Amino acid sequence: MVVIPGMLYTKEHEWVRIEGTSATIGITDHAQKMLGEVTFVELPAVEATFKRGDSLSVVESSKAASDVYAPVTGKVLEVNSDLESRPEMINQSCYQDGWICRMTVTDPASYKGLMDAKQYQQYLKEM
Amino acid sequence: MPFISNTAGQQQQMLKAMDLSMEDLFSDIPQDVRCPALDLPEGLSEQQVRAKLAAIAEKDSVDLTCFLGGGFYDHFIPAAVYAILSRSEFYTAYTPYQPEVSQGTLQAIYEYQSQICRLTEMEVSNASLYDGGTALYEAMMMALRITGRNTILIDDSVNPIYRVMLHSYTRNLHIDLEQTRCTDGLVDLGQIRKRLNDRTAAVIVQNPNFFGCIDDFSDIAEMAHAKGALLIVSCYPISLGIVKTPGAMGADIATGEGQSMGLPMSFGGPYLGFMASRKEYVRKMPGRIVGQTTDRLGRRAFVLTLQAREQHIRRDKATSNICSNEALCALAAHAYLTLLGKKGLQETAQLCADKASYAYKRLCAIPGVKPHFKAMWFFNEFVMDLPRDSADVIAQLIEKGFAAGFPLSRYYQGMDRSILICVTEKRTKHEIGMLAEALESVL
Repeated sequence: MVVIPGMLYTKEHEWVRIEGTSATIGITDHAQKMLGEVTFVELPAVEATFKRGDSLSVVESSKAASDVYAPVTGKVLEVNSDLESRPEMINQSCYQDGWICRMTVTDPASYKGLMDAKQYQQYLKEM
Repeated sequence: MPFISNTAGQQQQMLKAMDLSMEDLFSDIPQDVRCPALDLPEGLSEQQVRAKLAAIAEKDSVDLTCFLGGGFYDHFIPAAVYAILSRSEFYTAYTPYQPEVSQGTLQAIYEYQSQICRLTEMEVSNASLYDGGTALYEAMMMALRITGRNTILIDDSVNPIYRVMLHSYTRNLHIDLEQTRCTDGLVDLGQIRKRLNDRTAAVIVQNPNFFGCIDDFSDIAEMAHAKGALLIVSCYPISLGIVKTPGAMGADIATGEGQSMGLPMSFGGPYLGFMASRKEYVRKMPGRIVGQTTDRLGRRAFVLTLQAREQHIRRDKATSNICSNEALCALAAHAYLTLLGKKGLQETAQLCADKASYAYKRLCAIPGVKPHFKAMWFFNEFVMDLPRDSADVIAQLIEKGFAAGFPLSRYYQGMDRSILICVTEKRTKHEIGMLAEALESVL
């Protein structure tokens, strides 16, 4: 199971890469493996605001439709519209080309308590 | 292996082997929730049951000459429709739970979906819903999901039975169902313009409306879209042979009652709800959808597709709790449309309009009978005002062998003397003449 250092992780298997006030969000290798072949991604609207824990996207595969929860509180800056025509990028490159959206963090306290790579790895082992 | 229930003797044997009594089997159920002794009458024989049900059915008047509409219509059903429906392969297997094995069923539904798209000029259809009313409810919920808003604008020229249904469904939800009042039988643009705002998820209208009046909602579509709202049009499928389609008007979702396509009126059902929408909304659509694909050998095959929306996968976040469709009824509609063909449907619609026009003129000639609305573009239904209570007149005409029309006072205040009269292609010039004479005689 691939886990990238230098990023934060949630219990719901989202990853978030924080750079200053911007946060890039996606789902982890574990999540994409469990879902199977992704057939559709419902992207959030640009400018939409979300609190940590709100559902901001839905990733659909042939066997499930899974909510993606906001790991931080903020406003959507940019979405990865390539996913509209190539949803399978989430399977092929979940940490790079398969990113879902980028948000401006409006509440830095909202990502306190997220796991680092080591903690997430441990979490996966204990599941 | 066929199911054979256990005999009393076999039950006793099993209990003896377990050293239990019948009572013991229910010991986990608390006394206060156990079923009390049921004082049921003795069972009847097949002959007795038949006689009893026949006596109840006798109370229905089935031989009245039908001028009754109001959402459910007496259209001609070709015998071939029944011949196709009654094939046991279709009749008994109503719902494909191992869908890909039932290629014939799926193909029939796929063809039905294609016909609905062509008829309404919309881009995608589902495999059917229960009836026109629940289809309208589902369209409303779809609009709420798509826009994320919580207000619906619905005109009172939409079928009142459907409006009651929408109320029942939304009464305990955080949804604002706002009603606009039609003026002179048509949707009032001024009211729509005033009430439309950025909290409106959709505007719901009907064409032809409950009073039979025809309208073009292209301007409402523009108004709604300008505010980020959707236009939902409930329509009468036979009318689409000559009337402007929801698709041509710019509607986002089209729904309606499919009973007029090959299904008898049957005292309330089973009926057929259809729903079609823009392709971009297909993932928000409830119900089953059949798709066409190829198998691993490259042969054409049909599947139930986009199932991740449905409740057996998406659970409480599903688009709806409907997990079935009206497969047999959809097949009847499919057979009906295929047998009529495009030309046949246009001719049927034209006949309805022409005969209704003729009836309208005949009835207007009766002293005391006047059209209710000034503006008059109608398809096959129209409202007449009588010199006295229309419900009474209708009751008298039943005695004379006519289901003369619908008493509007049942749903509309101040319309006590108004009657909604419908004429389909089945009504003859003779029957229309007889109705006019009978009406004149009771007034």
